[in-house]
Amino acid sequence: MKGTYLGEFEEVVLLAVAIRTGDAYGATIVLEIEQQMGRTVSLGSVHTALHRLQEKGLVKSEFGGATGERGGRSKRLYLATSLGRRSLEEIRQIRNQMWDTIPKIAWS
Amino acid sequence: MKQAKRDHPTPPAWATAILRMFCSAYLIDEFEDDLNQLFHERVRSVGIRRARWRYIEDVFSLLRPLLLRTKSSNSRNPSHIDMLRNYIKIAFRNLFKNSTYSAINIFGLSIGMTTAILVGLWVWDEISYNKYHGHYDRIPRVMQHQTYNGVTNTTIATPLPMRAALQNEHGSDFTYIVSSSWTRDYILAFGDKKLSRKGNCVEPDFPLMMSLKMLRGTAANFANPTSALLSESVAKALFGSEDPLNKIIRIDNKRHFKVVGVYEDLPYSTELREVTILLPWKFFLEEEPWVKRSETNWGNNSFLLLVQIAPNTDFAQINSKIRSIKARHAKEEARFDPQAFLHPMSKWHLYSEWENGLPVRGRIQYVWLFGLIGAFVLLLACINFMNLATARSQKRAKEVGVRKVVGSVRSQLIAQFFSESILIASIAAICALFLVQILLPFFNQIADKQIVFPWDSGKSWLLGLGFTVFTGLLAGSYPALYLSGFRPVKALRGTFQTGRFAALPRQALVVVQFTVSVTLVIGTVVVLRQIRHAKDRPVGFDRAGLVSVAINTTELQDHSRALLHELRQTGLALNAGKSSSPTSEVWSSDASFSWPGKDPDQLGDLGTVGVTHGYGQTVGWQLKQGRDFSNGFSTDNLGMVINESAARFMGLKNAVGTKIAWNNEQYTIIGVIGDVITGSPFMPIQPTVFMLKEDWASFIHIRLNPALGSRQALTRLESIFKRYNPGSPFEYRFASQEYALKFSTEERIGTLSTLFSSLAIFISCLGLLGLALYFAEQRQKEIGIRKVLGASVGTLWQMLSKDFLILVGIACLVAIPVAFTAMRHWLEQYTYRTDLSWWIFVVTILGALVVTILTVSVQAVKASLQNPVKILRDH
Repeated sequence: MKGTYLGEFEEVVLLAVAIRTGDAYGATIVLEIEQQMGRTVSLGSVHTALHRLQEKGLVKSEFGGATGERGGRSKRLYLATSLGRRSLEEIRQIRNQMWDTIPKIAWS
Repeated sequence: MKQAKRDHPTPPAWATAILRMFCSAYLIDEFEDDLNQLFHERVRSVGIRRARWRYIEDVFSLLRPLLLRTKSSNSRNPSHIDMLRNYIKIAFRNLFKNSTYSAINIFGLSIGMTTAILVGLWVWDEISYNKYHGHYDRIPRVMQHQTYNGVTNTTIATPLPMRAALQNEHGSDFTYIVSSSWTRDYILAFGDKKLSRKGNCVEPDFPLMMSLKMLRGTAANFANPTSALLSESVAKALFGSEDPLNKIIRIDNKRHFKVVGVYEDLPYSTELREVTILLPWKFFLEEEPWVKRSETNWGNNSFLLLVQIAPNTDFAQINSKIRSIKARHAKEEARFDPQAFLHPMSKWHLYSEWENGLPVRGRIQYVWLFGLIGAFVLLLACINFMNLATARSQKRAKEVGVRKVVGSVRSQLIAQFFSESILIASIAAICALFLVQILLPFFNQIADKQIVFPWDSGKSWLLGLGFTVFTGLLAGSYPALYLSGFRPVKALRGTFQTGRFAALPRQALVVVQFTVSVTLVIGTVVVLRQIRHAKDRPVGFDRAGLVSVAINTTELQDHSRALLHELRQTGLALNAGKSSSPTSEVWSSDASFSWPGKDPDQLGDLGTVGVTHGYGQTVGWQLKQGRDFSNGFSTDNLGMVINESAARFMGLKNAVGTKIAWNNEQYTIIGVIGDVITGSPFMPIQPTVFMLKEDWASFIHIRLNPALGSRQALTRLESIFKRYNPGSPFEYRFASQEYALKFSTEERIGTLSTLFSSLAIFISCLGLLGLALYFAEQRQKEIGIRKVLGASVGTLWQMLSKDFLILVGIACLVAIPVAFTAMRHWLEQYTYRTDLSWWIFVVTILGALVVTILTVSVQAVKASLQNPVKILRDH
């Protein structure tokens, strides 16, 4: 799994990209994370994470069409790649597996 | 306004500006859009204050290396930092690619800068002279103009009653009034230790007025007439590590003084730096009977008078009040039209010469001269840079063309070339700082300065930085403005600037360079010739093996006859005699001589020297008429020997036998001697009379026996003097040394201008070498083809050198009238001067042409000797 290891924050950002598919860029990702997790994140850390995810091939970016909201300028939109989707699923699967192996007597 | 802000909230503009400054341009749009959207969301959700705060936080969170470094393939607008980085990268590549040109550039520029820095330090030192004294701008000395025989003389010597008159009539205009004696040697003795040091007798206010920094004791105790102040170095020399306070020292082997204070040595750049001992004025008054007598004598101009003006007044006001003070008090002096005035301390050093009552020249002319030369030498180095850059512009034209096509605007190209030249200037400046550090001691020696480089002063660093940037801008101005103006199409097609006038600006700069250099060289030759001329002037006495010793104690005075006798007896001296002035100076004069046939309006002003029998033979003066003083004639006590100038001044054809009236006595001229140079060797000789006055004597002159080696003779001389004059250290001076001192100013100028003009010629040749190198390289192919077709090395050499020779020739033609006018003006200040003969100009021009040919030929010959096959195949 070397090279596709996901940090916790990167995982969150990747999830946000997936949630806002078709409308995922810096500001919307920040707002999404803040809304879902109730914690503040900085724009810089989001961009850094996006940059890393892009390097690992988990997201890709393309220029989307102009919208009225941003003064008619085209903007860079992020999309989760299939590799990205697979690594999210893998994480989820590992987590589930681990949940399932917790013995009942663990909670005292 | 506030209302508007609430309706249309805006993020903090400064944060946006910071982002724009650092961020790659292609990312800015994206980031800004994100920031704006988030800002507006947050204004709605958490309010404007929090929104703005988050905005700032986000901006700074974006400033991380990973995001700033990000490169994109579709980069549109690189930021300024990117461009600057690119410029510097290109500049370094260019530096290394053309290492010869770079070396020439940097070497030339650093030499130019070193010169400019040294000259700058020198000028700064000159103009900040005397600033050590706290009340520097309020202290003048009282001077006077007086008119004798139609000529106005200006002197710093004033009559003693002037002091009392100023105090009584204008006391409220002055904070301090201080009389002082002249600086002279005193013998200091403490225990067995004896030293001879210079000092003044001054009134008690002197230390306060000059704001001397007291290291030990207080200046207030100096009011006591038996107290003395010593400078730090004298105290150290006399007492070593002992505490100097309250020690009793003996001065001149007769009077005792208590040391009441020690003051910090006056720095080298003060007029009073030689004053290392301060003795009470009272001592001077009591010691010298003539001083006491002068207290009411307005006719004896023999004293230094310093004042500090009161805070509520100024120099002009006081000048108008005191102008006629002497004429008012002394009716008999009024015929000389005496005018007193104040000469401010700030002008002592630079404006010190008067002619007919008006200030002329002085050192300020050298400040201007060297300042100008320093600027010129720097300019020459900058011209080198410009020339090489423009000459190589053809090679870089393609670069400029490509940059322009890709979208560079002119301002960016200008910025590129300026950053390149500033880079080179900075490298040169660092080299120059090293050079200055190495050369400063040597420079101090030839300039007679004690300059230290102000490493610790922020102001000087700032100045240095500004100076470097200025040099960079100056050196880069022409290429920056010239290269950036290329039409890209022409530049890329390679058809640009092949017209006849393309090289004109460059040629003009070469002409300027050589005009300056040749002018400087001619100037130097004239200065050196003037010094030579004055040195070749007949001195009128024989300096070889002639030693003088000052009569500085009463013992020596009393025993001098016996001493002279012993010197002659032992064969140590061929001859010995005494006089009242050093051999090549006349220290006193008197205006009351009269002779038959004297015009009643003429002032009988003659220099007076008292001598003893044997003086004439000792110094070896040359008799033109009559005879020397002789023991065989008792009437010689009223005899006079005069110099030829005096005979001319009095209008006497056959001077011998003429009766001269002076001091109520009748003297007879017994001999006329050839003129002896006294005072400046560049000036006319003062008419002087010599009389037998043993009691005036203050120097013993000894003609050493040449059969003895001078070291042996001096050792024996010392032991004899120690025996007769135990209270004083033995100090002597060779007449030749004393005489050589007369040339010190002119020789200093000679050395400095030799230095500067060689630098100028060197830098100019360096530039020429660079250009020749470049053109030989440029025309390689042409040279190859010419050789194949049968051109000889001689023809090629001629082809490559001719252009430069023509330029240097033009420069010489321009330089001649400039140098001629300037040097004629300079020579006019000397009465005894060399002529500006035509050969100086011819030799200089020939020299310049020869140097040019040598510089250019090396390259030309090298280029024409190359194997044409190689050159043509390579291209």
